Order: sequence, then C-alpha cells, then structure tokens
Amino acid sequence: MITIALSKGRIFEETTPLLAAAGIAALEDPESSRKLILPTNRADVRLIIVRASDVPTYVQYGAADLGIAGKDVLYEHGGEGLYQPLDLQIARCKMMVAVREDFDYFGSIRQGARLKVVTKYVKFAREHFADKGMHVDLIKLYGSMELGPLVGLADAIVDLVSTGNTLRANHLKAVEEIADISSRLIVNQASLKLNRSALQPIIEAFSSVVAARNSANN
Amino acid sequence: MRNWLLPEYIEDVLPNDAARIEQLRRRLLDLFDVHGYQFVIPPLLEYLESLITGVGHGLDLATFKVVDQLTGRLMGVRADITPQAARIDAHILNNQGVTRLCYAGSVLRTQPYGLAQTRQPLQLGAELFGHVGIESDIEIQRLMIKALQAAGVKSLKIDFSHVGIFGNLVVNNQISKPLELALYAALQSKDQTEVRSLTNGLDASVRNALCSLTELNGGIEVLDEAERRLPISAGIKQALLDLRLVTQKLGDLDVGICFDLAELRGYHYHSGMVFAAYAQGCAGPLAMGGRYDEVGSAFGRARPATGFSLDLRGVLTALVDAPLKRGVLAPFVTDTDLDFKIEELRAAGKKVIQELPGHEAHRKELGCDHILVKQEAGWEVVPAPELLN
Repeated sequence: MITIALSKGRIFEETTPLLAAAGIAALEDPESSRKLILPTNRADVRLIIVRASDVPTYVQYGAADLGIAGKDVLYEHGGEGLYQPLDLQIARCKMMVAVREDFDYFGSIRQGARLKVVTKYVKFAREHFADKGMHVDLIKLYGSMELGPLVGLADAIVDLVSTGNTLRANHLKAVEEIADISSRLIVNQASLKLNRSALQPIIEAFSSVVAARNSANN
Repeated sequence: MRNWLLPEYIEDVLPNDAARIEQLRRRLLDLFDVHGYQFVIPPLLEYLESLITGVGHGLDLATFKVVDQLTGRLMGVRADITPQAARIDAHILNNQGVTRLCYAGSVLRTQPYGLAQTRQPLQLGAELFGHVGIESDIEIQRLMIKALQAAGVKSLKIDFSHVGIFGNLVVNNQISKPLELALYAALQSKDQTEVRSLTNGLDASVRNALCSLTELNGGIEVLDEAERRLPISAGIKQALLDLRLVTQKLGDLDVGICFDLAELRGYHYHSGMVFAAYAQGCAGPLAMGGRYDEVGSAFGRARPATGFSLDLRGVLTALVDAPLKRGVLAPFVTDTDLDFKIEELRAAGKKVIQELPGHEAHRKELGCDHILVKQEAGWEVVPAPELLN
C-alpha cells in the first residue's frame, strides 16, 4: 500500500492533475468529505489529508511514503529522513520581509537597530537575519502576521507573499526577498529503497508533467 | 507527585523486551566471537576531544557533556562507540596487522535516534582495522547481514554507496569547501533543483554529473548508468568496480541489493564504501556501516578501517514477537526430593520458579506454563496452561 500525504486547499487542487498523470484519482473530495483517509481508484494507493506543516513529519516517520509539501514547511521541519527529488513548481510564492509603508527598513539596519519580527517561519527568519548580521527578536505567531506592525507588536514580518494584495490592503510593503517557495514531492528514505518499483513510476509521472509544463512555458 | 517519570525518549526496558534484547545481544556477540572479533568494553564517558575528533560536527551536537570535577575538563558521554574502538586500535593495542574488535553497550544521544526513537540506543557493532581493500569491506558486510539474519530479521535489503564518487568530483574539479558542504546537504535530500542552482557556473559535464547523482539509485543497472553519465576518473572507476564486486560476493546470502550513489552518510569521516540494511515495514535503516580510513589520524595513527553497528532496540522493533521462554512452577513444600528435582531441572537449563509461602493466589503473575506435581514415581513436570490466564 502506498500512502500519499497531502494538505487540503491549493496544494490538493494543484496536485490532482499530477496524480492523474500517474493514473491516480481520489474517490472523494477532501473539501466535502470529513474522512482523513481517502481511497483512490487504485487499490494500492491511498491519500491522507493532513495539515500542510505536518506533511514532512508523516513522511519522515514512514506513516506516509510520499507527500507534497511547500519549501517553507520543509525548511522549518529540517528535512531529516526525507528525500525531496522533485520541485513540482506549484503553489509558488516568495518568503519575504515586509514592514509598514512608512517604516525605513534599510535606514534602521544601517543604524544597527534591533528589530522585532513576527513570523510563523521562525527558522527562515532566524537564519536570514543571522546571515545579514542583524539582531532581531522573533515573536512566533500562527497567522495574520500582517497585523503585527500595524498594532505595534513588531517592526517587521517574515511571511509568504504570492500576489502582495494582503500586504497592500494593510499598508505594508515587501522590502526583502528571502527565498523562492514552491511545493516539493517528498519521499520517505526507507520507502524509496524498499518499494522503489512501486514509487518510481509515480515520481516519474509527476516529473514528466513538470517537464512538459516547463517546456510549454519557455 | 510525578517525580518517578522518566525524561522524554528515555525508557525502562521491561522484562519481556529485556529478555529478548539480552538474547539477541548474546547471540550476536557469540557470532562475532566465532568470526574472530575481540570484545572490548570502552568507558561510558571520556574527554570530549578523544570522543569527537575526526568524526564531524554531527556527533558533537549529539553528545551529552559534563565537566570533570577532577580536572575541570569537558567530558562527553559517548554517542557512538566506533571512535572509541578506533582509539583503542590506534593507541592501545598498536597491532601492525589486522585488528578485529566488537562491542555492545549503551550510548546517549541528545536527540531521539533511529528506528526506536530513543535517546539511549543499545549499540552493538564490529570494526576491522588495518586492511585496505574491498576484501575487508566484504567481510564486514557479510558479518552485518549474518548478524541481522541471526537476529531473525526477514527480507533484508542492503543499500550501497561509495563516498569516493562525490569526493572525486569535488577534488578533481577544485570545488570550494562551502560549495562542497552545500552540495552534500542537497545530495542527501536528492534535491536536484538545489544541486542545479548550486552548480550554476561549474563546467557542464561536472554539473550534469552532480545532478545525475540524485537519480542514480536502484538496482545493479545504476552502475551501468553511472559509467555512462559520470566522468570516469581512476577513483570513480575503482569505486564503481568495487560496488559491482559486492553484488557477486554477497550473492549467496539471500538479501536484496540496491545502490544509491547520492547517499553520503557520514561523508565527513567515511572514506569509501558505505552501506545500510533495510527491512520491509521499517521506516529507517536497521544497521549501517562503511569505511573510515582517516578517523585514526586524529589519534596520531591513521589506520584503514571499516565496520558496522546497529541499535538492538531498533532491531527489536523489526522482529515479530517470539514466544517467551516459560517457566516451571514448584509449589512450596518441604521435601528433599522436590529440592533435588528442582536443581536437576535448573542444571538442564529449565527455568524453575519456587513459590513462596502465602502467595499461592498470585501464581498467574509468574509466567509459568508447567508445574511440578508429586506423583507415584516422584515429582514430575506436568503442563499447566491454566497458570497463564
């Protein structure tokens, strides 16, 4: 039995065509079903629906063989025990530093200010500012980071930005790009070694869809 | 009051599991003994420098540290016995020829480790010092496989790699140390996208070779493909030949063999072939090993070395519960005939538990399935399944 861990929403929607290329279709829609284990058209493949940030953990411990997780989540998890052979180039966005429109970010860096930063992505933020040699105090939040600078909780936020609309609506501006984010196919290391013949065709099917999209875009 | 609770990832091994672990430990040490591996008992802790020199940063982070009250120096509780065996070979035994050592003992890790996810693995392993060449690698690999099979692990699959392949690409193309480390991390997770972006600017053939490492995993066909896709320097050619030879030399052992040329476990101290044993249903390796020729140099005497180790607690998770050895219950009766019979049974290796007065009601807690009963011919052992439930 091959178990694939996915999160609801954007990742699930954008994964459906990839699964189709591997001949896999979910028999139920996770948005309407309350089930956490979804059967597929293939008796030997099942999907489990978990929180995005939990996908690497399920795969690391072998509770799922494959999973799809954003680079943001993978980086925070650390990637131990996982292979991430394929950049699926879905759910693309950027990890950015953003501040209030009227805040002089670069000026305060030059003066060696110690910034307060709110973020869900503590590891990303810690390492980014350490690389720049900046002192920061990190405050972990689980959502609505944009609020931080507006209510005086922090000077800056580190968050995912896709269109920038949320930033603009809250009078924030992106000042620094930390990394490009997209979703990766992740594989449990032992599963790949033990069940290679079953997993490799799925990985290759995903890979060919990505390659076809790339050549269509170029 | 919760002061009897244990720290996270630290556990008691209770009678059933403890009995099985001890059985395994004895069986494997006997196996090492008949293969000529000498048993050593290195200390639980030693000065930090001798524990972690030459083996990389990872082991440093995994090691619990304490300050020695006698000298003020920092000591570490061993997180791995292998460097201790290397120290013993390099500086204590001082053999000129081949030294074979084996060991079994608890180690402490600061983070949960391995299949059993414990911070106190029970490490058991064998190391061979003083021989350069594929012959000693094969001796160690065969011993690892025999040990796991003797432990009762079914359907083994052994994964092979050779850190010399990546090492050769690095040395032959003057890749800088920071880039080498970044590539190492990317290859460990088979992150081809990252390898491609890191190698931007390198020669196309080197770049393709490094990228192809992420795909070179699978059966024996991987080695053919590697010959086509990698620049064949003398070092890489030898590494591929050695890997090919392994498949022939392990053919009689009834194990699956696979290759993964991006596997660089222990790259900071391994210097040749590395291998790991997997079994169906286990989410990680059961045993790991490889060649580490340079570790002894930290102790002033570089000796070629290869070895493997495993965590007995991890191996236990891969085994189906074997039936436990049951005992014979002897009632509390003052009778020299009974005493004689009990000693006779114990001398023959039977487990005999004599009841103490006043505890007849708790017989079922003793785990016996036979009982001694006085019959006409004397005390006899008779089955007593009712004692088990």
